[in-house]
Parts: sequence; structure tokens; C-alpha cells
Amino acid sequence: MIYLDNAATTLKKPETVIRAVAEAMGTLGNSSRGVHGASLAAARTVYQAREAAARMFGCAGPERVAFTGNVTEALNMALEGIFAPMLERQEAVHLISTDLEHNSVLRPLYRLQDRGARLSFAKADEKGRISYEELEGLIGPDTRGIVCTHASNLTGNLLDLDRIGGIARRCGLYLIVDAAQTAGVFPIDMEAMGIDVLCFTGHKSLMGPQGTGGLCVGGRVTIRPLKVGGSGVHSYDRHHPASLPEALEAGTVNAHGIAGLLEGISWIFDTGMEKIREKEMELAFQFYEGIRQIPGITVYGDWETCRRAPIVTVNLEGMDAGELADVLWTDYEIAVRAGAHCAPRMHRALGTEETGAVRFSFSVFNTAQETAAAIRALKEIAGTSGE
Amino acid sequence: MREKTLKFVVTFKNTAGALGMEKFCMERRLPGRLIPVPRQISAGCGMAWCAPWEEKELLGEALSRFAGQVQEQHKLWL
Repeated sequence: MIYLDNAATTLKKPETVIRAVAEAMGTLGNSSRGVHGASLAAARTVYQAREAAARMFGCAGPERVAFTGNVTEALNMALEGIFAPMLERQEAVHLISTDLEHNSVLRPLYRLQDRGARLSFAKADEKGRISYEELEGLIGPDTRGIVCTHASNLTGNLLDLDRIGGIARRCGLYLIVDAAQTAGVFPIDMEAMGIDVLCFTGHKSLMGPQGTGGLCVGGRVTIRPLKVGGSGVHSYDRHHPASLPEALEAGTVNAHGIAGLLEGISWIFDTGMEKIREKEMELAFQFYEGIRQIPGITVYGDWETCRRAPIVTVNLEGMDAGELADVLWTDYEIAVRAGAHCAPRMHRALGTEETGAVRFSFSVFNTAQETAAAIRALKEIAGTSGE
Repeated sequence: MREKTLKFVVTFKNTAGALGMEKFCMERRLPGRLIPVPRQISAGCGMAWCAPWEEKELLGEALSRFAGQVQEQHKLWL
């Protein structure tokens, strides 16, 4: 199999990640539930993972990293936890987002809209780019926050977080970022970029297991917990603890998975984020250059810049996106993702709402040979293999 | 039954503070270890840093480092 669906989840993980999860399952007790050896082993592992994530994302401290099951949970916690209390106090809440967003951002926003929030979206052009001037122009007296992805999961286009963070800071807005497609590949510095909440998933470029993710919480933001319950501390209090990270971690954390996530992040530090990014971009551009001249092919996104996520999304004229993905799998054992990619606004902006598209996404563990095989496959399917 | 001696016990606002204190002290071979929060301090659960009372002064730097996360300091027979 040639696995080119890494934007959905990375399949190939560092061996250290797999070993860490297996070892954790045989050794870790319940983190922060007791002070015996097995519980402490879990608590220390989780704490190390908090430190690693804080270091990777420029978060103020390990106690400000809370783990969740995935980035969707983290985004729900952030958006509900910050803005729902404002709505309950009858405050005007206007939020700005973009056409690039995944449903993990859109649906929590729409739910807030159903309860009175006003939403505005920076529109994407035919290449999936937004205008930062337009985004800034959407800000009004009732605007409370900007919620955006770091990179489109459909086109791979990056948003300029330095610029958006500057706008948010200048206008006194909260900035909540979905880093699902960039965490571990692109440098993110919450403090420098003015990010208030950074939401990440563990199972993509951070190389951790599925069922891991989290949010890094900046110093000026308070998030009302979505869940309350067991915390391991203050058991006789009627209310859930307010201090981080316990405030956002009701119930047992996934210490087994977090042990793997810790090894994933450590592997990125050891390997070098820049080296990983260069390899992934080399493969993505190799693929792009190899297919862009195929008659009938449409490649989406902004390819005038090298600063993009390693995603190449295409359509082949006369062929349904689902059918193309199916042929790639059944005839070539190439795994890609067809359909809407949970990105409805982005598809609308690209004009692919009806057709969908086929996404090829690369990992540092892919090879130039695999990429060449995928190029050959697309050429054969398009009937241009001899050209 | 274990003989009780005078102890210096530090509680924290969150478990991350306790674990940070442990890491800091272990790296510098400073005295103490994590224990369950004694009932004399709180009836809830959680973890506290416990060191012999006579070695309290050795923890000055650690306490400064985690000042924002330290909740209380106690002198207890444990």
C-alpha cells in the first residue's frame, strides 16, 4: 500500500511511539489518582507530555496544556467555554472565521450562532486564499474573537498567523487556532503569534496515537469546562476545580495514548521540524509538478508559495472524485481521500461542492518512489501514461 | 506503625505544580517526595511534597520557582 492520506491520520509512526504505548499499557496506573508508583508513573508521563507540548507551541507553562481526545473536542471546549458564558450574560458576541475551516470549527460556531452569536467569514478566492484586509474589515464593536485554522485540510493553504495574531491583539480579540494540519510540521509560538487557545490533535503530524489531542491555554483567557467530574483533587468540593489543567480534564486522561504522543513530539524534536517539513514539501511539490500538466487535471490551492501544508487536492475531468479514489485504491493500492473532507465552505469557494475532490497528503515517511508511483497511476488513469 | 517525625509539607493548586516540583527537586537531588495530601490539611485527595522539617531550607529555590502554583506550606507530624 502507498498511504497518501496523512492529513486524515498518519499511518506510519516512529517505532518509539508504538513501543511507548505498549509499555504504558503494561505499567501505567491512573494519572493523578493516588500517589503510588504506578499512578505516579502515569502522572509523570502526562506531565512530561505537557512540558513537551508547551515547548513545541510556545505555551506559557505545562499546567496550561490540557489533553483531550482529539482536536474537535479541544475546539468545542475552547469555543463553548469562552463564548457561551458571554451569550448567557446577554452580551453581544460577534466571531470572525474563514472559508478555510473544517467542520470541527464550523459546527461549534454554528451552534453558538443558534444561541445568538453573530458570525462573519473571510471569503476565500478561487485559489483558496483569504484577504487579510477583508478579515480585518469584518471587525466591529461587538467582535470578541477570531477563530481560524492554521492550514486548510483541503488545499493545504496556510493562514498567516503572525498577521492574524497582530490584528487580534491590536483589536483586543481572542484568537483561537485549529492546528490540526500543522502541529509538528510548522513552528507555532503562541506568545509571539498572540494565540489565546491553540487546539491540536495528536494523531496526525505529531505522530501520536488516535484518541490524543489537547489545547494550550494562554494567560488572558478563561475557559468554562465542558465536562465536570472526577479530578483527583478537592474531592469533597461540590464544584469541579478551576485550576488548569484539571479544570479541563474531567475523568481519566488517556495516559497510554499520551505516552505515545510524548514520544511522537520527542521524535519531532530529535529529527528536526524543519527537516521533516522540507521532506514533506519536497514530496508534495514532486507530486504537484508531476501531475499538473496531465490533461483534464485540476489542482486546487495556492501553489505560488512554498509555505503550505503537504496536501495536493485534485479532480480529473470526466471522473467522479469517489471513483478516482476507488480506482487508485483497487488498481494501485494507493490510499487517498475523496469527498467533502468536512470542509463545506472551502469546497463552495473552490466550486467543488458538487464534485468533491481527491486529496493526496504526504508524510515524512513517504518516499520519492511512492510519489512517483502515484504520479504514474494518475497519468495512467487519465490515459496519458505514454506522454 | 511508622514512627512520626516532623515534616515540611507543601500543597499545590494543581497536580502539574506538584509534578513540576518533583521534577525540579529530583534533578537537583533536593529532599522530599510526593505523598497523598494528609487529612490534617485536606479531606480531599491530591498530592503534596513532603520533606523532613530540618531540610526545609534546602527547598527555598524550588518554592520560589513554583510560587505561583504552591497553595500552602505546613509543619506536620507524619
